[in-house]
Amino acid sequence: MRQKFGRWFIPVAGGLAFIYLLVPITYIFVFSFNDAGRTNLEWRGFTLENWKNPCGAPNVCESLVNSLQIGLVATIFATVLGTCVALGLVRYKFKFRNTADLLIILPLATPEVVLGASLLAQFLNLGWELGFSTIVISHVIFCMSFVVVTVRARVSSLDPRLEEAASDLYASPFLTFWKVTFPLLLPGIVAAALLSFAMSFDDFIITNFNSGNFSTFPKFIYVSATRGIPAQANVIGSAMFILALVVVVTSQVIAYRRRKALAAR
Amino acid sequence: MTATGSRPRNKKKPASVHLRSEEELAAERRKRRVGLYLIIPGMAVLALFFAAPVLVLLSMSLYARPPGAEIGEFVPALEFGNYVTVIGAYWDVFLRSFFFALIATVAALLIGYPMAYLVAVRLRGRQLMQGILLVLLIAPFFSSFILRTQAWKQILSDEGPVVTVLRAIAILPADGHLTATAFAVVCGLTYNFLPFMMLPIYANLDRLDTNLLEASGDLYASPLTTFFKVTLPLSMPGVFAGTLLTFIPAAGDYVNAALLGNNRDTAMIGQIIDSRFFKVVDYPGASALSFILMILILALVMIYIKRFGTKELF
Repeated sequence: MRQKFGRWFIPVAGGLAFIYLLVPITYIFVFSFNDAGRTNLEWRGFTLENWKNPCGAPNVCESLVNSLQIGLVATIFATVLGTCVALGLVRYKFKFRNTADLLIILPLATPEVVLGASLLAQFLNLGWELGFSTIVISHVIFCMSFVVVTVRARVSSLDPRLEEAASDLYASPFLTFWKVTFPLLLPGIVAAALLSFAMSFDDFIITNFNSGNFSTFPKFIYVSATRGIPAQANVIGSAMFILALVVVVTSQVIAYRRRKALAAR
Repeated sequence: MTATGSRPRNKKKPASVHLRSEEELAAERRKRRVGLYLIIPGMAVLALFFAAPVLVLLSMSLYARPPGAEIGEFVPALEFGNYVTVIGAYWDVFLRSFFFALIATVAALLIGYPMAYLVAVRLRGRQLMQGILLVLLIAPFFSSFILRTQAWKQILSDEGPVVTVLRAIAILPADGHLTATAFAVVCGLTYNFLPFMMLPIYANLDRLDTNLLEASGDLYASPLTTFFKVTLPLSMPGVFAGTLLTFIPAAGDYVNAALLGNNRDTAMIGQIIDSRFFKVVDYPGASALSFILMILILALVMIYIKRFGTKELF
């Protein structure tokens, strides 16, 4: 009896949890086909117009483009800076290591409102105008710590003998890094970069503090939530979801095929 | 978090110092310099845009408002009274924020653990299936969490399907609501931070040696005993990271409270900080609230790490 309970409990509970996770996405997707007019609150009939004309509502696409640009720039900075810090922290011993460690971890233990508020205080103090660059800076801060933590785990699990072998074979330190270390770290770096982009793209709280009049996609939705979100926002939300799904599933399938092919050899 | 802090420095063995040639020492010095060069840019960014801002926030929280000043005009001072004022006015909001975050964290753990177990242990070896479920977990990030929270608001609204059904089967009274309640806010928090709970647990369970579970079963432990004596203790580092990654953002969140709650008895501290900054233009008060929130969370995290911490975290 107990055996049976354990057998069905996990699939059922886990399955229900996944359904819970997908309920709002399904709702967003369904209502992207709503013939909504100005507010997308109740079902008024099926239409493809929103999908044919996703930029139909004012400011939807502008804010989306802003978010994509910010995500891209912030991800590049956070990934490069964070990877360097992760390598430096694991591989080299120096003074102030513990201080450096603390400085990396603290942003992760700080709630977004506090990060946002403190950066705003700093920008006000420096007299900087809020906009694209201040948003990018704020995103780099919280993404970088995630990159460091993710990549560092990968660096520490590297087998040092591989690098030793490379230098025994007369590879220069630079060549060893480029031909041995970096390829081994790459999957971790890519994962960290994707996570950074997702977090930057989806961030609202920190952005809201440091954006001034500059609009991002989450900010656009939050601001229009009081008046009613246009159905075009649902189209973009659904499209981004599907795009992410397709990209990752395709890469998974390719990796799966490759593994199978390797196993068959 | 503290694991690296308490580790003793590697000391050079005196015997080996004599054996090193000048060349080796130079290489060592070069290596150390490379390490420093690698971390300096990142650390500079963090110092300038994280450490310094927190200090600015601290100093701003002590600013005073001169008599007869315009709105938003403050002078540098050491006005500790700001803290007394905001604590007196908002201590209950702090309590509520932490309480909501705590319930959401426990709920996310109860929901996230079976998910993680399903993907990491039950579906082990079925990589395609695992991949698809993990994608489903991460892909919602790209459809904007505000859009999803707003979707919840409409699903749970008085005209929505959930309230209609619950009223029909009399679980909810005929004039009952789900939106604008504490229940809705906690549900929203749980929903939004579930991936942060699930992923670290998954990463941990993925490395779980299932032979141990079999061994436990061979020794006549019931599946439940096996779970509590073997699986759960081994997955504690994941649970630990997951609860921190859920609790910290949940305690400071205000989007869920703003969209799913009402302004009376579900307000969270993030909302107050936001409105003190932007609507009331009370920079010292907002800064003081932010600083208190930061200190409280750090204190709670420290206690939690001391009590339950494991060396594997980070």
